Amino acid sequence: MGLESYIKESGFIATKLDAIIGWARKNSVWPMPMGISCCAIEMMAVGDPKYDIARFGSEVMRFTPRQCDLMIVAGTVTYKMAPVVKKIFDQMPDPKWVIAMGACTSSGGMYRSYSVVQGIDQFLPVDIYLAGCPPRPDNLLYALMKIQDKIGKTKAAEFKNLPELNVIQNN
Amino acid sequence: MNLKELVPQKLKEKFPDITFHISDYKDELTIKFDKKNVVDVCKYLKEDDDLQFYYCSDVTAVDWAKRKNRFTVVYNIFSLKNNFRLRLKSDVDEGNCAIDSVSSVWGSANWHERETYDMYGIKFNNHPDLRRMYMPEEFEYHPLRKDFPLMGIPGSLPLPKK
Repeated sequence: MGLESYIKESGFIATKLDAIIGWARKNSVWPMPMGISCCAIEMMAVGDPKYDIARFGSEVMRFTPRQCDLMIVAGTVTYKMAPVVKKIFDQMPDPKWVIAMGACTSSGGMYRSYSVVQGIDQFLPVDIYLAGCPPRPDNLLYALMKIQDKIGKTKAAEFKNLPELNVIQNN
Repeated sequence: MNLKELVPQKLKEKFPDITFHISDYKDELTIKFDKKNVVDVCKYLKEDDDLQFYYCSDVTAVDWAKRKNRFTVVYNIFSLKNNFRLRLKSDVDEGNCAIDSVSSVWGSANWHERETYDMYGIKFNNHPDLRRMYMPEEFEYHPLRKDFPLMGIPGSLPLPKK
C-alpha cells in the first residue's frame, strides 16, 4: 500500500532533494486570497464542497501573507490598489508564485481606463494568466494544477532571493 | 397642492430677487439658478415645513467642454414627507471654478462634493474637508473633465517597481 510497500524492506528510499521538496511543496500550496472584486466570488466557490480545493492540498486560505506560497490576485487592480497588492506580495516568504485570475488582472480586461492597471505583470512576476470574466471555479483549479506542475519541476537553484550558503553557516 | 407647482411658487415668494429657470421634463422637476444663492435656497428647501427636502441623494457636475459656463453642478434632493424628487442646477465658470458648499445643510453633501471636486476640479467654498475622494492625493488632474484622455496621462499615476 502506497509508499510503505516500497520502504518496508529497506526502511529508506533514495531520491533527489529537489524532487522530494518539490513533491512536498506542490501538494500543500497555501494560497493568499487577494480577492479584490468579483473574481473573489469564484475563488470562494473553489473552496466549497462542490469544487473543493482541499483535494489539491490548498484549502488553507491564509489571510496573512506571511504564511502563504501562492498569491491569487482575483479582481480588478487599480493604480491606487497596486501598492497595497505589491506590499502584501513582498511580505510573502520565498519561494512564492502568483496567479493572475481573470481578464482584469491579466490585461485590464474591459476596464480600458485611466484608473485600472492594464495587467498586474507591470509590477508583479505572474506565473499563470487565467482567462475568463470571471473564470469558472474549475478553471482556477486547472491553474492551481499548472502551478503544482511548475513547483514540482522547479529546482532549488532556480529560486530567486536564496540566502547565501555562508550566511546559513554563520547562523 | 401639487408639489410641482408648490415648489416653484414657494421659492418665488421667498426669494423674489432670484431668477429661477424651471423645467419639467419626463416628469422630473429641475430648477436652475445662480450659484451665489445655492446655500440659501437649499437651506430653505430643507427647512420649510411643507417641503422638507431632508435627503440629498447626490451632488455631481456636468462638463460642457466648450460652453461659456463650462460646468453645471447638479444636486439631487428628495423629500421623504412628500415622496418627491427635485433636481437643482447651477452653472460654474472655468475661470472662477468654485461654488459654495452645501455640506452645512446636508451632511451627505460632504462626500458628494469631495467626489465632484476630485472628478471635475470644482472647488466648494467653506467645505470642512475638501480632499480627493478616489484618486491619490498627489494626482494633479481631474479625470471626468472632457479634456482628460481616456487612458490617463502616462506617468501621472506611479506603479510599484517590479
